[in-house]
Amino acid sequence: MSRITLTVNGTPHLVDVEPSVPLLYVLRNDLGLEGPRFGCGLGQCGACTVIIKGEAVRSCTRPVSTAQGTDITTLEGLARDGVLHPLQRAWIDEQVPQCGFCQNGQILTAKALLDRNPHPTDAEIRQGMEGALCRCMTYYRIQAAIKRAAKEMAS
Amino acid sequence: MTSPSRRDFLKTSGFLVVSAGAISLADIAAVQDAGPYADPDFRQLDSWIVIRGDNTATFYVGKTDLGQGTGTAFRQIMSDELDIPYDKTTVVMGRTDITVDQGGSGGSDALQTDGWPMRRVAAEARRVLLEMAATRFGVTSDRLAVSDGVISIRNDPSRRVTYGELIGGKRFNVALTGKDIDATAGIAKVKTVQELRMVGQSPRRFDIPPKVDGSLQWAVGVKLPGMLHARNVKPPVAGAKLLGIDESSVRGIPGFVRVVRKGNYVAVVCEREEQAIRAARQLKVNWQKPPVAPFPTSEDLFDYMRGATPTSTIAPVTSGDIDRALAGAAKVLEAVYDVPFQGHTAIGPAHATADPSNDQMTIYSNDMKSYGLRNGVAQFLQMPRDRVRVIWMDGPQAFGRTAADDAGFEAAFLAKELGRPVRVQWMRQEETAWDTKGPAYTISMRGGLDGDGNLVALNYEARACDHNHLGYNEPDTVLIAQLTGMRRPTPARGGVSTPSDMYVIPNRRMAGHVVGLPVVWETPLRTGNLRDPNGPQVTFASESFIDELAAAAKADPVAFRLKLLTASADDDGGFRRARSIAVIKAAAEKYGWDARPSPRSRRAGNILAGRGIAYAFRNQTVVAEIAEVEVNRATGRVWVKRLVCAHDCGLVVNPEALRHTIECGMLHSLSRALHEEVRFDGEKVTSVDWVSHPTLTHADTPETIDVVLVNGDPNASRPDLPHYGAGETMCKPTIAAVANAIYDATGVRIRRVPFRSDRVLAAIKARSA
Repeated sequence: MSRITLTVNGTPHLVDVEPSVPLLYVLRNDLGLEGPRFGCGLGQCGACTVIIKGEAVRSCTRPVSTAQGTDITTLEGLARDGVLHPLQRAWIDEQVPQCGFCQNGQILTAKALLDRNPHPTDAEIRQGMEGALCRCMTYYRIQAAIKRAAKEMAS
Repeated sequence: MTSPSRRDFLKTSGFLVVSAGAISLADIAAVQDAGPYADPDFRQLDSWIVIRGDNTATFYVGKTDLGQGTGTAFRQIMSDELDIPYDKTTVVMGRTDITVDQGGSGGSDALQTDGWPMRRVAAEARRVLLEMAATRFGVTSDRLAVSDGVISIRNDPSRRVTYGELIGGKRFNVALTGKDIDATAGIAKVKTVQELRMVGQSPRRFDIPPKVDGSLQWAVGVKLPGMLHARNVKPPVAGAKLLGIDESSVRGIPGFVRVVRKGNYVAVVCEREEQAIRAARQLKVNWQKPPVAPFPTSEDLFDYMRGATPTSTIAPVTSGDIDRALAGAAKVLEAVYDVPFQGHTAIGPAHATADPSNDQMTIYSNDMKSYGLRNGVAQFLQMPRDRVRVIWMDGPQAFGRTAADDAGFEAAFLAKELGRPVRVQWMRQEETAWDTKGPAYTISMRGGLDGDGNLVALNYEARACDHNHLGYNEPDTVLIAQLTGMRRPTPARGGVSTPSDMYVIPNRRMAGHVVGLPVVWETPLRTGNLRDPNGPQVTFASESFIDELAAAAKADPVAFRLKLLTASADDDGGFRRARSIAVIKAAAEKYGWDARPSPRSRRAGNILAGRGIAYAFRNQTVVAEIAEVEVNRATGRVWVKRLVCAHDCGLVVNPEALRHTIECGMLHSLSRALHEEVRFDGEKVTSVDWVSHPTLTHADTPETIDVVLVNGDPNASRPDLPHYGAGETMCKPTIAAVANAIYDATGVRIRRVPFRSDRVLAAIKARSA
């Protein structure tokens, strides 16, 4: 075990875990964060996504030690002062989720997408979101919500 | 915060219980030492409805909401009957200790069947409250008016009393009647459609904000004091026998607690989750392969199914004389359609947490059938039912997966063994390989047209690989029961289905057989209910073949179908024929259907466009769908650019939630049409993750999805218009609609699911050759 400092949603935490443990388990089990979820443990589905340095990162395959010294944003950290992020508002306005299990990854992948490309075309949304899987098949509304949020963030 | 359990709530009569939302985990912990857990009595009004002093109400229903808005719909129908504002209500679902047993979710019966007792008990509560007010005011109840939970005297509105003032925190103590829970009723009548206010509106689903802001508490996130983490070690091949375990291979892992073995079931238990994962990977287990190959390879499956001796056969449904009609037909067509095993492959693998504290067993689970899990676990562990309860919480969409809730049984078993709370979760490889599968089908169709292109004979003969189909959390069918040797004496028969259409065909025969695999126990190829368990397979064949017949008759596919439907408009069990005509017409109109025979005349270029229609019903719900595709003839890739669904499920409770459910349901079947197939070699499933078992992605999503909600009832404004089920019917026609559109675009008929690029490309090349 090693003592590792993680800054999550702006708050530093000290945890005592094996350095090779995937970040996901530390976020969920040590820091009590419910946003990132285990879907595959293989980096294939996106349910575990967090944002590190502006990138959507699969926390299920990312060793916790490599996340030291970075700012980690999870779904819980997207709202500012109790105000939901435009993507989260768009998600509610479009009534996107069904079961909701994958939506953490959908929202954070969309955030990383809009942060680097504020005005994506339909094709860019499809391509940028392709790795975020949803078995309820809410893709159609997710894409509508991303467009809605992009519009709101531009205005 | 006070416990939200109804029992405790009612004990603290008059005490204001907070929480306008779902039950929080802190609340659950507060009632943790309660027990035993008697069944709530569905013949008591207090089991269904609690009204508080602040004039809010909580509804307790025995259903679960898998993200399609049924919880919101329950609040709508019950607040409507009770006459209380929707936003002053909450609903508690699927907790076996405090909600009546309505079976949880399944069969799209949430509104069709289970909505009725909910409406009736809410209407009864309203009646009782009116009686109470009448007594209080010294008037007869017919002189009272009620609106938004406030009762007043009609000609003296200053005299008023709220529901909360009348009964807040107290029991109704009103007995209900009913031979079973579905028949539960009081004296009061439910409202007519015209009197309903909330029904037909689209309040936003209450479950969405916490799913979006990260605050929802999921079954997968349950943490209890002293909780251990477990992972299974599955047999490497189907039917393998465990010979021995070298526990020293994992003893050195930090946090290691125990290896649990019973029969062929093996699990490792550790203090931390990642330790359990490591131990499960590292544990050395000696397995012996079974003496026979458990199943053919997925490449050989359909030949195997066609050659197997059926384990059971259904009595054919016949009309007319099919053999004579085929012999006399001007043109006879034959075709065979194959649909492979398809998995549930939930986005999150199976999981549950069980707590054996206080000699009780509490299971925190996303099992859509929490009541069956409770009964099954009690039998499996040989515990009295009233010492077992299941607390349903949100989880990954399962579409029938948790009808065999393996993880729930495993968690309970391990918690009992360890004497501590245990959380178990499957890994992705386990889930994709070992979850329950929708049965594979091979279906032979024969049809005869007369000289004028009329369909005069239709023969359907199906084989479903569904022997030993799993049931509903029976203690001797879930995987751990099989692996630990608790196995029922004979496998379940399984089932095979026939087409669900209302076509009038003078000579028709529908027959079916169930076949089995050589190994039916302890196998990853175990069949269970996958969303509309047989519908997509059967409808793929039947509605593809209707299209083949239309093409052979050089008829427009819509006109050909309507011609088969115009013979009658009797009440055939929900006016299904009349409503079938209505949805087909509505879909064609919405799409802007251009009447012409398929295929479309050939075009230049690599992208070939086409459209196809298919239709089906499920119980009383009727749908028609149109798919517009673009097929890339150079790559074989199929993109469904547009989907249209005309949907008639009678009275619509929440149109927006329904539209969303229909969109997603069609895409689920689209995923099955384009991507999904369980593959296996002769001894194990080789589809183990999202690479070896792909699913629909954002890249496949249609550009446009149109949903038309139809009310095709011949008396559309009848006051008793029923609310039919809506969770599955839309899954039925999609695969056929896509196949028909591919044919329209390319002239190539694909009779094997899924329509992967390589398969489509090969078919296109074969046709051009």
